[in-house]
Amino acid sequence: MRVQTKGALPIVAVAGLTTPAVTLADWTMNMSPGVTDSSNEIFSLHMTILWICVAIGVVVFGVMFWSIIAHRKSKGHKPANFHENTVVEILWTIIPLGILVAMAIPATATLIDMYDTTEADIDIKVTGYQWRWQYEYIDEEFGFFSSLSTPRDQIENRQAKGENYLLEVDKPMKVPVDKKVRLLLTANDVIHSWWVPALGIKKDAIPGFINEVWIQVNEPGTYRGQCTELCGKDHGFMPVVVEALPEEEYNTWLAEQREAAQLERELTQKDWTMDELMERGESVYASACVSCHQSDGSGSPPAFPALRGSAIVTEDMEAHIDIVVNGVSGTAMQAFGNQLSEVDLAAVITYERNAWGNNTDEMVTPKEIMEYMSE
Amino acid sequence: MSAVADTHSQEHHHGPAKGFSRWLLTTNHKDIGTMYLIFSFTMFLLGGSMAMVIRAELFQPGLQIVQPEFFNQMTTMHGLIMVFGAVMPAFVGLANWMIPLMIGAPDMALPRMNNWSFWLLPCAFLILVSTLFMQGGGPNFGWTFYAPLSTTYGPPSTTFFIFAIHIMGVSSIMGAINVIATILNLRAPGMTLMKMPLFVWTWLITAFLLIAVMPVLAGVVTMMLMDINFGTSFFDASGGGDPVLFQHVFWFFGHPEVYIMILPAFGAISHIVPTFSRKRLFGYASMVYAVGAIALLSFVVWAHHMFTVGIPLTGQLFFMYATMLIAVPTGVKVFNWVSTMFRGSLTFETPMLFAVAFIILFTIGGFSGLMLAIAPADFQYHDTYFVVAHFHYVLVPGAIFGIFASAYYWLPKWTGHMYDETLGKTHFWLSFIGMNLAFFPMHFLGLAGMPRRIPDYALQFADFNMVSSIGAFMFGATQLLFLFIVVKCVKGGEKAPAKPWEGAEGLEWTVPSPAPYHTFSTPPEVK
Repeated sequence: MRVQTKGALPIVAVAGLTTPAVTLADWTMNMSPGVTDSSNEIFSLHMTILWICVAIGVVVFGVMFWSIIAHRKSKGHKPANFHENTVVEILWTIIPLGILVAMAIPATATLIDMYDTTEADIDIKVTGYQWRWQYEYIDEEFGFFSSLSTPRDQIENRQAKGENYLLEVDKPMKVPVDKKVRLLLTANDVIHSWWVPALGIKKDAIPGFINEVWIQVNEPGTYRGQCTELCGKDHGFMPVVVEALPEEEYNTWLAEQREAAQLERELTQKDWTMDELMERGESVYASACVSCHQSDGSGSPPAFPALRGSAIVTEDMEAHIDIVVNGVSGTAMQAFGNQLSEVDLAAVITYERNAWGNNTDEMVTPKEIMEYMSE
Repeated sequence: MSAVADTHSQEHHHGPAKGFSRWLLTTNHKDIGTMYLIFSFTMFLLGGSMAMVIRAELFQPGLQIVQPEFFNQMTTMHGLIMVFGAVMPAFVGLANWMIPLMIGAPDMALPRMNNWSFWLLPCAFLILVSTLFMQGGGPNFGWTFYAPLSTTYGPPSTTFFIFAIHIMGVSSIMGAINVIATILNLRAPGMTLMKMPLFVWTWLITAFLLIAVMPVLAGVVTMMLMDINFGTSFFDASGGGDPVLFQHVFWFFGHPEVYIMILPAFGAISHIVPTFSRKRLFGYASMVYAVGAIALLSFVVWAHHMFTVGIPLTGQLFFMYATMLIAVPTGVKVFNWVSTMFRGSLTFETPMLFAVAFIILFTIGGFSGLMLAIAPADFQYHDTYFVVAHFHYVLVPGAIFGIFASAYYWLPKWTGHMYDETLGKTHFWLSFIGMNLAFFPMHFLGLAGMPRRIPDYALQFADFNMVSSIGAFMFGATQLLFLFIVVKCVKGGEKAPAKPWEGAEGLEWTVPSPAPYHTFSTPPEVK
């Protein structure tokens, strides 16, 4: 059942996040320890403070319920006459203070440790977009977007929900186990927040600023989380998935990615046919455009205009390229020029001009996009 | 509410005017208090029905009832309406009714301004609610309206939202000035500060908090207004601004704001518990100092709402320690209430039931607050349902139960009739069960990893969400019973004596029930 853990110990955190739909009854009530040292320390802080609160609660509510039961007027209890006691009042100020100091010490140690982002083995830049994540392996010259892969049909209840409903992406971020990985977090539009409970990391991704955190995963496996800062309509639909691999597997994956990135760059020079562009455009559209403009191009006006039958999409090619490449400032329409490759831009523009009855029979090639962007 | 002939004053023999102009033009603190309370309850039902939409959508995974755009408008408006429309005006209403009666004053110090500060509120909320019908919809960026989601990416109606916030701020500031002026100038001879009833004390401190932070809120929305309409870049990094600046300014308002919503409830509970324990409040002086300490600390803890934005380590530590400190004065208050009950002679009429539930459940909210103060642990709790559980535990059984307890406690004084005790207790128990069913499972959801403000969720959260929704529907429906109880009590019922509660103390119980239109035209003597 725990298909994702790759033979790792069935850690509670992972179990919590990967329980299949068939075993819906999952009454998880507590935090899970996670798979990094930081997340384990957080878990033990959490349990300590929780038990301290329970203990205080038992004492305070104990006295209260004793009064409620024993000191009732209906039992003939006569009120006592005391209304202050300096010693007691000083005591119940000092004792909680002592408990707080005892609590603050381990919390401070954990915090100092979590803030130490020096001497990382790998750097990954994480950028939040409305509504997906981009991971750039900055020393390796490749990067990719990671979008929700749950089908729309599942969300709209036309299809049974899969086991990782809303917690699955097309391309997860991959890291090697036992290496210190530094994440540089930022955002392209609004504030997002990158959270994976099992890693004990939650940090805001803020446009114009870079936040640093580090992780060192102890167990191979797939760890799932979500954006935790309200970032617009699809805030609930931009999960984070991290796959921790043994080092050799990670290195193999790295080599594949570098090669693929190289091939991608070469594709720009290729001569593309209409059919090839349409096919590629459909998949680019599905990952980059569909959340606002809908799969049938109908959009949700007024915030997200329809593309089907739109003047820009069916008439002026120059304006169409401009709006896709440069976006519309002050609106949700992003500048995709720095998000998509020339090939993907050409493909998606061609697709939009020919899909859903926009039968213009016009196409734009990656080379033309490159020329446009170098102007 | 009452139109009983004036029994105290020799000079003013007139009762209230008739018809709508009575309410539009009134400068009487009792009329204005009544209007505040009615307005607040109306907003409570409106904000509550939005919560019902939210809980209905979250009843099951998948999108069933509303689309995410509208869901976000519901969460935003629910928060704004409950904070600014339901809780704050309810306490201003209680202040209007009770402060003059408790300190032996004939009215509020600034009666015309009192009228104006009330009538601004319906205007503000008319504007706010109308944004839902504008093109692009109403505010959809959360009640905390973080930039740049609320500026560059906000709907066109955001400017109206800003205007509404400005008007609410003006109303609150005027209300606060009035409370301060009344308390400092119109106390009966002999009532020194340290003899003031605690409700008056907590409101005095609340009023200072309001005056200190409402202008900060006005400032932050003005900066938004400039960013949206006049090309500035306060919160836009590409223009040299800083989105995090928004959060610093907002929470400098926002944290004292949460105490604004709870301190008056502390005051009311400090009257109700001694009354039904038939025993003096334990530790009056330490209660006053504790409220003062909480108010002061509330100005230096704002960044605990921002532990994940990347503030430096030293800042993180400072705000963690300062936040944990708040547990000390809050603990003192809880210990004092429990000691007041201890060895008393307790009875459990509806106000007392709400007050006891207040102490227990507010303390649970305080515990989760202490957990949230631990910065590393907050990395896991932040922006999850654990936080939603936390602030609903301090706001619903805290602020709202405090208001219900006050309403039942003083209804006989306001209406001259006793409310129906059986119905009151039913209202309490249904609210108590519904509220816990709705909000306790949210702790589990948050710890299991469910982020807040999402219209749809992963399958492992399904069970507790369904429980929570059922609890919420139960709590919501129960509030109509409260409306029925109050209407019934206004219309008739057993005649209430001047002092309907055996153990009650204070000047408000020396005037007849219902309180005459004009009271304390001649100040009473306080020993």
